[in-house]
Amino acid sequence: MTLLEVRDLTVGYRTRAGVVPAVRGVSLDLDRGQTLGLAGESGCGKSTMAAAVLRLLPAGTVTSGQVLLDGEDVFAMRPGRLRAVRWTEAAIVFQGAMHALNPVRRVGTQIAEAIQLHAKVGDAAAARQVGELLEQVGLPLRRSRSYPHELSGGQRQRVMIAMALACSPSLLIADEPTTALDVMVQAQVLDLLAELRRELGLALLLITHDLSVLAGTCERIAVMYAGRVVEQGPAAEVFAAPAHPYTRALAGAFPTIGDPVSRKAPRGLGGDPPDPRALPSGCEFHPRCRDALRSCPTTPVELWPAGPDRAAACVLVRHPEEVRP
Amino acid sequence: MTPADAAPDARELPAGRPGPAGAPILEIRGLHVVFGGRSGLRSGGPLARAVDGVDLRVHQGEIVALAGESGCGKTTLARTVLGLERPSGGEVLFRGKPIGRTTASLKPYRREVQLILQDPTGALNPRQSVYESVAEGLRIHKVKGDEEALVEHALARSGLRPPRRFFLSYPHELSGGQRQRVVIAGALALEPSMLVADEPVSSLDASVRGEILALLLQLVRDLGLAVLVVTHDLGLAWNVADRLAVMYLGRIVELGPTEEVLANPRHPYTRALLSVVPEVSHLEPQVLAGEPPDPTRVPAGCRFHPRCPALAGGEAAAAGVDARCRAEDLPVLAAGHDHHAACFLTDESVR
Repeated sequence: MTLLEVRDLTVGYRTRAGVVPAVRGVSLDLDRGQTLGLAGESGCGKSTMAAAVLRLLPAGTVTSGQVLLDGEDVFAMRPGRLRAVRWTEAAIVFQGAMHALNPVRRVGTQIAEAIQLHAKVGDAAAARQVGELLEQVGLPLRRSRSYPHELSGGQRQRVMIAMALACSPSLLIADEPTTALDVMVQAQVLDLLAELRRELGLALLLITHDLSVLAGTCERIAVMYAGRVVEQGPAAEVFAAPAHPYTRALAGAFPTIGDPVSRKAPRGLGGDPPDPRALPSGCEFHPRCRDALRSCPTTPVELWPAGPDRAAACVLVRHPEEVRP
Repeated sequence: MTPADAAPDARELPAGRPGPAGAPILEIRGLHVVFGGRSGLRSGGPLARAVDGVDLRVHQGEIVALAGESGCGKTTLARTVLGLERPSGGEVLFRGKPIGRTTASLKPYRREVQLILQDPTGALNPRQSVYESVAEGLRIHKVKGDEEALVEHALARSGLRPPRRFFLSYPHELSGGQRQRVVIAGALALEPSMLVADEPVSSLDASVRGEILALLLQLVRDLGLAVLVVTHDLGLAWNVADRLAVMYLGRIVELGPTEEVLANPRHPYTRALLSVVPEVSHLEPQVLAGEPPDPTRVPAGCRFHPRCPALAGGEAAAAGVDARCRAEDLPVLAAGHDHHAACFLTDESVR
């Protein structure tokens, strides 16, 4: 059953120059126990999406559309209900674990605080729960007495995950959880997330710019560009055979080691991400697109079916015969 | 010096195949860097052997990647090459001569060897325009000539075109990729013969990553620069590096041409690192438990043995080398061009 349902969500940030759109009509579904990956570059709106799900957007943000968490509209919740839902229904793990933890308090105390804010639990019982949580994320109990600076990046990220699990949420949102970490530690953290999913039946919304991380971790992927979803489908298929030229560029950004094509030939995507205050006409991606047709600057795009269970916002999906030879 | 006669050595290289032939531009010999504990070197506390015996050479026109996990000593090695840390033993030679130890004697060297850091946002002064940022190095080194032309040329070289359009921009007005290009322009303005890049793309978006790496390759081809790139990303090595050195706990444990090291990794540590790269599907992922061990307590024997899957899995015992793995220190890998690994099990020369 659907745990998270995002319906035609738009989010705009109010600035002196008017409202700047960050998310422009995104719809997503995430079932209980499932994993969805959200990919895209800086500024594509993926972190705004994450914040919108828990209504963590700054004051003055303009939103429309709906976010339904277990059938309940997050935007319509009263403050008391919202506070209860954050942590107990859905919790979020942010990118920079160093900045998200209080540097002058022991990590055990910080986890216990999250528990005691949401349930009437005595100090001893909270400490016991902290021990269990740390064990669950693969840290020894004695680490609860450590300060954040005494831990490595991977250990801090584990503390963040333990804290997110403190109130047994059914949805975990992880915004770039491994971006600042080494490959080996990244593999450890991704393994941990997969294990928690299996054991606790957690649903996971994983947000990153690294499509290859999502391909191995998630069941489904949605790729965002300029505030919109431009491609979605089963993770392995989207990564192996992207339908949208932007997804293709993202998938090619990290080379396949051993593939002679990428040896001494790094591939990137030219140009810069679009300015949300002045988006290109037609398909927003056309100025950077290698396969753009003459009609792309004037033809609006929407998500069209692109094979079983897949969709992409590219005219070439509708008219494959127009692909340049 | 005008841009036209930059890097005269590069002209003499055969086109297309920048070679490791001839004398290296940078040579690291038996390098050790030791840090004291909390109360300094003389406290008698445990010493951290951050770099613990490294031999490495970098030639003109060559990109050498130094890969390993956080805490393996790769950044300390890079900082020592730049003269920012003092070696506790061994030496760094540039064009055959030891680099200086004082700020004054290091100054000409620091013009020739430029540093590119991970985070361009932190590397640029937010209140300085692009022009000021690029011109700063020229002023410090009192470079003669038309400053405006030199800045313009450096910006164009790093792919910011038309360069004059960027003169008055501030870092916050630029994208992450453009900021890194400004940092690179600042380095190029001084016409260095070598770049040391510490994780040059790891804070950038996936889409920009390839563009910056392509720029690095182009600079090596056009200017014959030597590059030492420090990274934890083996994909980056595959994308740009001629040779790859894998570092673990202060030592290089495997060294060789990139293709050979990545296609046929010999050291169990390299194999494990390679197996967890998301794009590598043919290897069974070997996620090593824990963080890299502590440089204040380097294990006896092979320094990787407490985490080694080949030792734990009995392969080493089957080959009859397990006792050596646990007890016998391995020699420092020689800085040659052949493919070698510091492993009793897999490397013939060590065995």
